Amino acid sequence: MADTVVVVVNGVLVTVPVGSMVSAAILKSGVPSFRRSVSGQPRGPLCGMGICFECRVTIDFEPHCRSCQTVCQNGMDIRTDE
Amino acid sequence: MSRQVHVCEVLVVGAGPAGLVAAYRAAQSGKEVTVVDDNPDAGGQIWRAEKQKSSSAEAAKWFERIRQAKIQFINGARVYEQPAPGTLLAENDNDVYELKYQKLILATGARELFLPFPGWTLPNVLGAGGLQALVKTGLPIDGRKVVVAGSGPLLLAVADYLKRSGANVLCIAEQASRTRVARFGFSLIGNVGKISQAMKLRGQLSGIRYLNGCWPVAAHGEEQLERVTLQQGERTWAVECDYLACGFHLIANVELAQLFGCKTQNGFVTVDDYQRSSIADVYCAGEITGIGGLELSLVEGEIAGLAAAGEETSARALFPARDKQRKFAGALNRAFELRSELKQLATPNTIVCRCEDVTFERLQSSESWRAAKLHTRCGMGPCQGRICGAAAEFLFSWKFESVRPPVFPVRVESMMDE
Repeated sequence: MADTVVVVVNGVLVTVPVGSMVSAAILKSGVPSFRRSVSGQPRGPLCGMGICFECRVTIDFEPHCRSCQTVCQNGMDIRTDE
Repeated sequence: MSRQVHVCEVLVVGAGPAGLVAAYRAAQSGKEVTVVDDNPDAGGQIWRAEKQKSSSAEAAKWFERIRQAKIQFINGARVYEQPAPGTLLAENDNDVYELKYQKLILATGARELFLPFPGWTLPNVLGAGGLQALVKTGLPIDGRKVVVAGSGPLLLAVADYLKRSGANVLCIAEQASRTRVARFGFSLIGNVGKISQAMKLRGQLSGIRYLNGCWPVAAHGEEQLERVTLQQGERTWAVECDYLACGFHLIANVELAQLFGCKTQNGFVTVDDYQRSSIADVYCAGEITGIGGLELSLVEGEIAGLAAAGEETSARALFPARDKQRKFAGALNRAFELRSELKQLATPNTIVCRCEDVTFERLQSSESWRAAKLHTRCGMGPCQGRICGAAAEFLFSWKFESVRPPVFPVRVESMMDE
């Protein structure tokens, strides 16, 4: 079994260890802003444990997924700032 | 989406140390036990990613015991409502679970307290435990410059972990004064385990500056953090960094306990000697009964698990161990009490409610949490006030009112056919 998985962050391939969270993959890809706040400010993860909802992104076309509570799967399509 | 009915004798909410140990003790006493937890895997925060590869002997021991016990796990599921006594509803990505139980043990843990200061909403300003969680779950931190700030022993553990993971930890800014922290050091005497832990940590942290009476006053950057301004006494200076890992000690996740009607005091669930809450058949263990760290959580978990299984004699044997840990916890919380200067960090334009972008200035004119909610939408976003509510309580000394279901945002489908 391979010990890495490949996900797609805003159209770019990112390789991460098996078990990595989507939030970690996004930061690894160099994207700092996960979403825009209601007044348009850039935001990224804060609590890292599923409470603050700041790390919400679109995963496989499902909006508002908490990226810090979602484990990366091969081929997952991740979109930030939507 | 399907609805599944699940019946057990003892239901545990939370798979951190307290919950896991409670589940183990109840299962060992012959009960059918189920554990439900929001995270994709068991371990909670302090034992995050410890299940597969334990870095501590204690975690390894408990995970091995749990593997041997007959315990059902429902991972990645959030409990959001109690439609009737003895029944809870939880949802994960695919299903709604109707969980039926005889005894309930709540071990929902704690979160970091975040205080607003200019720039705290910038990407790459995270909680101290927040950054640690990200690194534990795949974020490469090698060679990245990190400032660790806020308050509490968690800062030391996080700095140690980040340094071992290859980060360049520039400094630890602890708001508590040197005198208070030193006094706390003395209170460790008589607690051999804690002393060796502290000594070990100090050895590993050598080379990192530990600044007392120091805190961040602003984070700067356009699209992400570029530098942070720290203050210590009269002196302020800027530090360039990639991450600011900042949390002001911990607060308990009591929302679920409040939903069930459990009595709380000063932000913690009130329990008796057997970890029983004010509501029949609902036990509470770990940080939700008071911030006390791993050892206290473990012994409370054991007591709750045994008591819920009717093994009160065995539970009683653990009372002295718990008393000792509670004494330590008391000293710890006094040492890291927050100073009132931190109330001055937010400027009029600083955002307090990050979900609805409500500024400090707009909240200042409200006379209560309820009025603030009605007039500004503060606390009405997806986190349901879990972040800004605690900050507002510290800033304005507001009192909190009732918790209403669902205690977590859920899909509309989950709310139907109840």
